[in-house]
Amino acid sequence: MSAAIELLEVRKSFGKTEIINGVSLAIRRGERHAIIGPNGAGKSTLFNLISGRYEVSSGRILLNGADITSLKPFQINRKGLARSFQVTNIFHNLSVYENIRCGVLWSAGYKYSFWHRVGGLKDVRQRAEDVMERIGLAKRRNVPAGTLTYAEQRALEVGITLAGGAEVILLDEPTAGMSRTETAHAVELIKTVTEGKTLVMVEHDMGVVFGLADRISVLVYGEVLATGTMEEIRANPAVQEAYLGALHKEGADA
Amino acid sequence: MAEPATLRFAPLDLGRVLLWGATALVFVAAPLVFRQGFALTLMIQMGSMIVFALSYNMLLGQGGMLSFGHAVYSGLGAYATVHVLNFIGKGALAFPVTLLPLVGGAAGALFGVIFGYVTTKRAGTTFALISLGIGELVFASVLMFPGFFGGEGGISTNRVAGAPFLGVTYGPAIQVYYLVAFWCFVSMIAMFALTQTPLGRMANAVRDNPERSEFVGYDTQKVRFLQLVLSSFFAGVAGALSCINFEIVSDENVSALRSGGVLLAAFIGGIPLFFGPIIGAIVFIFFVVALSGFTQAWLLYLGLFFLAIVLYAPGGIASLLVMHLPVIRAGRLRELAWPYLLAAAAGLVAFAGLVGLVEMVYRLSEANLDPQMSIAGIGFDARAQPPWLVSAALLGAGLVALRFATRFVGERWAAIQQALEARRA
Amino acid sequence: MEFFLVQLLNGISYGLLLFMLSSGLTLVFSLMGVLNFAHASFYMLGAYFAYQISTKVGFWPALALAPLLVGALGMVVERYGLRKVHRYGHVAELLFTFGLAYLIEEAVHLVWGRAAVDYRIPPDLDGPLFTIITSQYPTYRAFMMLVSVTMLVGIWLVLTRTRVGLVIQAALTHSQTVEALGHNVPRVFMLVFGGGAALAGLSGVIGGNAFVTEPGMAASVGPIIFVIVVVGGMGSLAGAFYASLLIGCLQTFSVGLDWSFAGLFERLGWSMTPGSPFAPLWEITLAQTAPVLPYLLMVLLLIFRPRGLMGTRDG
Repeated sequence: MSAAIELLEVRKSFGKTEIINGVSLAIRRGERHAIIGPNGAGKSTLFNLISGRYEVSSGRILLNGADITSLKPFQINRKGLARSFQVTNIFHNLSVYENIRCGVLWSAGYKYSFWHRVGGLKDVRQRAEDVMERIGLAKRRNVPAGTLTYAEQRALEVGITLAGGAEVILLDEPTAGMSRTETAHAVELIKTVTEGKTLVMVEHDMGVVFGLADRISVLVYGEVLATGTMEEIRANPAVQEAYLGALHKEGADA
Repeated sequence: MAEPATLRFAPLDLGRVLLWGATALVFVAAPLVFRQGFALTLMIQMGSMIVFALSYNMLLGQGGMLSFGHAVYSGLGAYATVHVLNFIGKGALAFPVTLLPLVGGAAGALFGVIFGYVTTKRAGTTFALISLGIGELVFASVLMFPGFFGGEGGISTNRVAGAPFLGVTYGPAIQVYYLVAFWCFVSMIAMFALTQTPLGRMANAVRDNPERSEFVGYDTQKVRFLQLVLSSFFAGVAGALSCINFEIVSDENVSALRSGGVLLAAFIGGIPLFFGPIIGAIVFIFFVVALSGFTQAWLLYLGLFFLAIVLYAPGGIASLLVMHLPVIRAGRLRELAWPYLLAAAAGLVAFAGLVGLVEMVYRLSEANLDPQMSIAGIGFDARAQPPWLVSAALLGAGLVALRFATRFVGERWAAIQQALEARRA
Repeated sequence: MEFFLVQLLNGISYGLLLFMLSSGLTLVFSLMGVLNFAHASFYMLGAYFAYQISTKVGFWPALALAPLLVGALGMVVERYGLRKVHRYGHVAELLFTFGLAYLIEEAVHLVWGRAAVDYRIPPDLDGPLFTIITSQYPTYRAFMMLVSVTMLVGIWLVLTRTRVGLVIQAALTHSQTVEALGHNVPRVFMLVFGGGAALAGLSGVIGGNAFVTEPGMAASVGPIIFVIVVVGGMGSLAGAFYASLLIGCLQTFSVGLDWSFAGLFERLGWSMTPGSPFAPLWEITLAQTAPVLPYLLMVLLLIFRPRGLMGTRDG
């Protein structure tokens, strides 16, 4: 079983505050893995470390066996890892179509070309149309991204992440702030578009987690308390005590 | 009012062809309409300034890079051109004068590579300051090496050099005009085409959200570097055109004044839109060349105009024009006529007062100037009290009236906007 | 040795003046995120106001009044200009101050003309203070150092010991929280901007007569201040301090030295003739390159340490 992502004793401190306290984790290729934990546990920080936004204080990170610990975000992305952001991080002044297209251009191989007319690139257009169709924004293709509704922006956020066709996808709270129906729709979308890929997700919504994830890791105070299937996690006493305590009761009542 | 946003100007392809065709027609026909020699010199300067300002907007409007030292690339391109032109003149080199702008462009791009490597290591405000520093560095260096740069006098040349091209020697101004017009048109098309390439699109993305650009696989520093090199190519072309026109290149070509000038021109025209700097270049040259003949304080007026644009219309003249398109389409432009007229009148009164004050201060400040002066045919003594009181009164009254008039304009606009919104819903 | 000591003292006094200027700029940048392009213009106004006042009532009233006038002007600029462009972003703010710099320079041209004005060192401060070996060290330079140090210590005390200072320090990183706590942050911004302008004005008062007071003075010292801010690291006061002293000494020393590569080659036994390859390059003396040295320093730093000496806030 090969690991898509491997974290080896990763630590991160900001000044004197240690946010990540030695995390060792292996995400299997092709699995859907959720990272849960209370607020401030360091989940987003972990994502930032993996994707290269922050530098680790110590430890190593491997992507498909290759060391990506000190690589820059664009280098990591080119190796096949894409991530979305918890706080929507789109190109506000560009249209929906152009946003998606930005996600497509590098992986389509056009790089820094200034001799191709981007309007005539059929493969780019096809891919972008495809992604827009899947995230349900095809009808809003020419709208400036800054004027979309919140849920539409979250969909676009995921769309840009997926557009490049990366094999390893990191989604940071993709359903944050969504209503019940919007969440259900988003879960369906994530399920279909990550078919066959490796997905790592940070989520608070237990319904989403239980519906999507093959395995779950629980992160508390910068440490992984436990990793396993949802039954294993539910049964783990340390997890129950630290985190799932109230939800365990809630799950039992449901 | 206007939040700087990238407004896509994308008519049908047929429309686009018509637009470019019309532009070409304007270039060709202009000297036939404006026949005075003065008009020709003005248009020649506008032509090279358009290329310069468009190249600048590749950095600012498209790439989000504010540069205070863009004259470095146009100036060094001009220096390269003047040397090659002198070689041609001496018979040491057989190169058509018609293609000289390519030499300027190549030189500009070369220095874009050299300086761009250093300047694009940082972004934002720091980039702006670094560009200023490089500009000062080059300006000071030019005076340190008089052998290559001709010292304070600069290097002069003769554009009638080498073999004539189809009987054209570039001696008469009209021939220079068509040369400049040709290169201006070609550069406009080229720079517009560049905005439609992957690099051009990613430059926009890097401008809007450099962080996200990294996460979709792009090295933002490389994007900015390439954009700068391409921009400096066209700046070099503009420098070559200036060299051919004026037949002299000096340290002024790489000065902070030139760098500031192109910034002003591009911004006044409007940086969010592609054609904004074209308008800005025309307005700027008009200010500089025409106005400087009337008053010594023209730079003051230009500075005030620039500040007004920054404060009240940061999208520039182009954005102001485009803003009216929906209103015109709805057929409601007439409703704005009366408010605009009132505002213009108030503005004119205030401006008259300002001009009076400024010109009088100038007259009195220099001891050797005659205090007897005249504005618009009205003669008076700058030392007497009445002209001061009148000017101050005009300025004060004009500003107050302007306050009310702009409020009136605002109300009309809001009403029209509401109606348009309702129609859309 | 004598040369070294005199130049060192000169370099330090010039460096302290540069620090007075760059510290005001850095404080405003750290607090408001806007780099005031017109900062050197306030310096120029300080010199010109002082000149005008000193010709009417003398130097000492000018020393007190001119900075206050410039500070008041700074507050007006913030209140009616900068605040309005704030919502358009940092580029617009920078462009506003850029246009302001143009405007101030032209206004100075208009009122005082294009030639330098005769702003003199007051007679009681003119003359030597002490002698180093055979050179006499002018009193005025020492006075400049005294004023610089006093002003900087004063500011440090205000920022760290007074309530206003604490509010400013807090607003440096958490302006919205400070505002939520009931402090009038916009008024604080106005005071800080005015304070920065007054500081620049004060530099102009004491620098204008030691050097020259002419309309080009803003354009000649402005870029140096920006280089200092970049070299020291954007937003770092300590960095600005070290960079100011470094550049102050660098410029002062190099102006007095006639070293050149050609001279070095002579010492090593290679003689140069005007026909040697790249002769103009070798012939150039350090004194001739003095104006470009700060910019060369900046370029070198950017290649090897883009953050600057002690960079904190990214531009």
